[in-house]
Amino acid sequence: MAKGERDKAGNDVPAGGFVQLLTPDGERIDSATTADGSIYTVDFSDEEYRELYRDLVTVRRLDAEAVALQRQGELGIWASLLGQEAAQVGSGRALRPQDMAFPTYREHGVLYCRGIDPIMPFGLFRGVDQGGWDPNEFRFNTYTIVIGSQTLHATGYAMGVTMDGKTGGTDGEAVIAYFGDGATSQGEVNESFVWSGVFNAPIVFFCQNNQYAISEPLERQTRVPLYQRAGGYGFPGIRVDGNDVLATYAVTRAALDNARTGQGPTLIEAYTYRMGAHTSSDDPTRYRISSEVESWKAKDPIKRLKAFLTKQQLAGDDFFGEVDETAGALALDLRERVLAMPDPQPVAMFDHVYPNGSPEVAAQRNAFARYQASFEGSGH
Amino acid sequence: MMTETINLGKALNHGLRRALENDPKVVIMGEDVGKLGGVFRITDGLQKDFGEDRVIDTPLAEAGIIGTAVGLAIRGYRPVCEIQFDGFVFPAYNQIVSQVAKMHYRSKGNVRLPIVIRIPFGGGIGAVEHHSESPEAYFAHTPGLKVVTCANPADAYSMIQQAITSDDPIVFFEPKRRYWEKGAVDLDAPLSGAFPLHAARVARPGSAATLLAYGPMVKVALDAAAAAAEDGRELEVIDLRSLSPVDYPTIFESVKRTGRAVVVHEAPGNLGLGAELAARITEECFYSLEAPVLRVTGYDIPYPAARAEEEYLPDLDRVLDAVDRAFGW
Ligand SMILES: Cc1ncc(C[n+]2csc(CCOP(=O)(O)OP(=O)(O)O)c2C)c(N)n1
Repeated sequence: MAKGERDKAGNDVPAGGFVQLLTPDGERIDSATTADGSIYTVDFSDEEYRELYRDLVTVRRLDAEAVALQRQGELGIWASLLGQEAAQVGSGRALRPQDMAFPTYREHGVLYCRGIDPIMPFGLFRGVDQGGWDPNEFRFNTYTIVIGSQTLHATGYAMGVTMDGKTGGTDGEAVIAYFGDGATSQGEVNESFVWSGVFNAPIVFFCQNNQYAISEPLERQTRVPLYQRAGGYGFPGIRVDGNDVLATYAVTRAALDNARTGQGPTLIEAYTYRMGAHTSSDDPTRYRISSEVESWKAKDPIKRLKAFLTKQQLAGDDFFGEVDETAGALALDLRERVLAMPDPQPVAMFDHVYPNGSPEVAAQRNAFARYQASFEGSGH
Repeated sequence: MMTETINLGKALNHGLRRALENDPKVVIMGEDVGKLGGVFRITDGLQKDFGEDRVIDTPLAEAGIIGTAVGLAIRGYRPVCEIQFDGFVFPAYNQIVSQVAKMHYRSKGNVRLPIVIRIPFGGGIGAVEHHSESPEAYFAHTPGLKVVTCANPADAYSMIQQAITSDDPIVFFEPKRRYWEKGAVDLDAPLSGAFPLHAARVARPGSAATLLAYGPMVKVALDAAAAAAEDGRELEVIDLRSLSPVDYPTIFESVKRTGRAVVVHEAPGNLGLGAELAARITEECFYSLEAPVLRVTGYDIPYPAARAEEEYLPDLDRVLDAVDRAFGW
């Protein structure tokens, strides 16, 4: 793959550039124009800028709490989003209430933006259930661990939106599918591109290119920049600075609006970096060098928005302190609730296998219950 | 009453038509299901009458067919997916066993996936590789899926409708070499009057031994029973209909009465459904058994070239031979 370039300020950018509205130094870029003539910008109120900052900090803080809980043995595993807050908050805040999201296992930031209690995914990672929220209530599907599978679910759902006649005006529905750079190698992701193109589905494919799939670098997945693949399926692809919350918001909102007004799919490649380990089971020192991590620290999504807010005098230490404090309190509350999560009743593992039940499962459940009861009062 | 004598394929077609009529959320999807009516014409004429949104010709991508059906089902639709042939279901295997089978469980019952996956299966039509397989055990082994198959036109007609109205995800195996066999079907029969989908059927009552078969092998078992009757042995033939769950009470009742059981299926014997049935019958009917439960199955080889399939497939002689052995104990 072509080596990266540098922007005017000397920062690394990928070859071919990307949509950016906020530099790593916190300089606001008015608008960005892409090769096809599309113009991207945002028009936020002071308060909206501040709330985006609050989102980023809160999401990072909750994630850090989860990492700590994992290290303390309270979670079996955790997939951290450290470094990807802007990609998730930018895209998540661009969603409208009627939109439907299909996440991987790492979209805790999007989940937060959907207004879902952040404790939801902890059942899965603590091992007390398999996830188990109601996707239709929250318009946010269950986490999907098999890489790429959810892109097809999102595509089918989007086809259903069209069949229901819910595209057209600005109140139309749109669907967003999240996945990583590694997922783009999966056949199912390619099938979802084919289907979405053929059926002009109202869908946005949001790829967080965090440069690694566990240890495999991007070069092991592709020879061409990922966003360019879209052309082969007949819809636009666009690359955005994934550490820039303003740009990810602008690009996602535009793509969702295109989808909801019947203009079909878009592939967004959010160019970002996974600052931490792949999951808590991973050892990134085996496959990446610290200078690389350092260079990405300079592009930190929170740092740059803070610099912007400060320079523009939109916020000061009082505000930053209050945000930290509020996020800390939320994290503490989360911790307490996670620790209080009860283990499942063993017999409940037989629940929900089939909507209509099964005589076999029912018989096994009864036998299990009898077996368990046989220990009661026997000192076991 | 509008009873007609039609073949099994046509019965499925009528059943699908009725399902499309009864529920606007039912959609049929698959390769070539629209204009062509499917390679076996099971969906013949349906797109013409219900439109391209109800009978969807899809790209050639099996994972795509099932994966998008999941999304459509989450959206409130009831997709009926056609996999063109048994041997082509494997690209979709991940979606079926990891997603279709588990999403209800994973979501604590919040997500229902009323998806039917239709698969023409089995041999006997002289086809090339990948067109004659019996992959039912892979699916029957997966909790969260229900697996059924029909053996005659009347069952085909009601079972396909029952499968579509059920909220359970169902893999529906169609015995492709029986598509052209005819039988009487009451096309007006109310679905509410049908037997439960998981109920086995005593296809021929008898007292000497129990033959267990399903799908394409039911006819072979019935032919064997007719031949045995000429020799004075009344064999009971049970058509399982449902492979997961299996209707064990019906089987146990029969075997306890006859004392002998022979299981017949086309799939390889190793770890096939027959192994499970033999184990379960042994556990439950041990004191009634006069002989071990015997199996007549395909061999443990890839499905052979068409000109050898007559030797591979269980036939009347192999079934009667097993019955003889059961009596020789
Ligand atoms: C089909 C499949 N193969 C392997 C895995 C194990 N696995 C989990 S995450 C992962 C890497 C995924 O990388 P990417 O798609 O870039 O997403 P990221 O985790 O970096 O966000 C792998 C190989 C899996 N979950 N699913």
